[in-house]
Amino acid sequence: MAAIEVRGLRKTYGRHQAVAGIDLSIAAGEVFALLGPNGAGKTTTVEILEGHRRRDGGDVRVLGVDPATAGRGWRARIGIVLQEASDQAELTVAETVRHVAGFYPHPRPAERVIEQVGLTDKARSRVRTLSGGQRRRLDVALGIVGQPEVLFLDEPTTGFDPAARRQFWELIRAEAAEGTTIVLTTHYLDEAEALADRLAVIAEGVLVAEGTPATLGGRATAEATVTWRANGVVHTEKRADPTDLLRKLVAEGTDLSTLTVSRPTLEDTYLTLIGENR
Amino acid sequence: MSTDLPAQVPTFRIGLSRGQVEILQFVRDRTAMIFTFSFPALLLLLFGSIFNQEYDHPGVSASQVFSASMIAYGILTTAFVTMGAGLSMDREDGTLKRLHGAPVTASAYFIGKLVLVLALTATEVVVLLLVGTLFFDMPLPDASHWVTFAWLYVLSVLACSLLGIAASALVRHARTAGAILNVPVVALQFISGVFIHPITILPSWMITVASIFPVKWMAQGFRSVFLPDTMADLEAGGAWEHGRTALVLGAWCVIGLALCLATFRWTNRKDA
Repeated sequence: MAAIEVRGLRKTYGRHQAVAGIDLSIAAGEVFALLGPNGAGKTTTVEILEGHRRRDGGDVRVLGVDPATAGRGWRARIGIVLQEASDQAELTVAETVRHVAGFYPHPRPAERVIEQVGLTDKARSRVRTLSGGQRRRLDVALGIVGQPEVLFLDEPTTGFDPAARRQFWELIRAEAAEGTTIVLTTHYLDEAEALADRLAVIAEGVLVAEGTPATLGGRATAEATVTWRANGVVHTEKRADPTDLLRKLVAEGTDLSTLTVSRPTLEDTYLTLIGENR
Repeated sequence: MSTDLPAQVPTFRIGLSRGQVEILQFVRDRTAMIFTFSFPALLLLLFGSIFNQEYDHPGVSASQVFSASMIAYGILTTAFVTMGAGLSMDREDGTLKRLHGAPVTASAYFIGKLVLVLALTATEVVVLLLVGTLFFDMPLPDASHWVTFAWLYVLSVLACSLLGIAASALVRHARTAGAILNVPVVALQFISGVFIHPITILPSWMITVASIFPVKWMAQGFRSVFLPDTMADLEAGGAWEHGRTALVLGAWCVIGLALCLATFRWTNRKDA
């Protein structure tokens, strides 16, 4: 069963069409990444799914319910990791997690969640004293303490150093392993590649591609580029299947140390999709 | 929707938990706490010491009049500004967004705020009464006057809190909240007979304007609790006017509630 169904989603701010007809289907238990440059419509889309923003058109179902009119029962089944919250600054980590756990009918034990996000050492520290990365991990704890069926993360690792990002990814993988459907937005390709089962690229309010990290934008079937040097001249040829060309080059005695065979990287594919290469 | 959804946590229980957290956060922010409680007390000490002559009523000093009137000021500034500024702060730092994304109703949030305001105003009143009794020999009244005090306190806190919530809709950035919200507070103090007593020395149009708003009635009401009944002569109506006071404050509670329902937003965006 699909956890999230979106058909023809539209949202306009004044004259600017932020989301211009998006269709999405996200299966239960899937980790889905919405990838796109700043201003592409990622946050608007996710905020509509979370029930934080109204839409202008289209049909949206999250756990079978329209977020625009959903009640408390629905909100108890979703989790939201806020992008830049600085609330509850004077409470301790443990107090904050326990307080938020008290909103939900079947919360996870606060201590376990704090351990899960790696903040056990900080449980008694005031939230105000946490580093940026620790604060975001607390936000994840607050997003998952209610035992959500769907978890939304909007650009969760923006501003992280590489080590903190990898730690954060582990946390998301662990949550996915619990069977939670995860929807995240990001403008980092490696993040989408590391975490997502499936991803969609959004640019100027429309989806320009959808697939797995390996197949996105026809990446798996794209032509390979073969480059070699012969007699001081660099040759480049594109082939769907480079096998015959390589045999020929070997037979001709080409210097194989100058040979490369490459397919488009996810980054090449992505840049082509969002139109940066045109 | 299936009917076997788990029952939700009762709004009242979440509201009390919110109240506990609100108080905890307030108490831990030392600066805010010290200023909230010491400012009205300091004003009372200053006014009470500067104007300490007796009126034509033997045994009643101007300091005692200030002690009674300043309770109205204490409640107004604590309830109105705490609510108004607190709401814009909660909108800005993500508190409201987080609650709105969780199974928390607006009522639960406001129960929490009301618990905070009740705790703060009660403390404020105690501090002002201590200053009044210790420094200016203000006598504490008998039981029947405390009954008046009780309904006056509840109506005053409710009216000021509701108006504070409504006023927060006018605040765009939390850092300007204090400045914006203090404009009506300070203006009303001067025309409502809190800083200037008897109110009858003000131009009559000013008294008319003040009579529309709650502060004049709050101050008059608290004077009726703590001052001898002969002092009623100095009021604008020449009497304590309890019935009219209850009506005006009750009306402001209704107006405040209507404004809150019409203007409350979980975020400061129009489309959410």
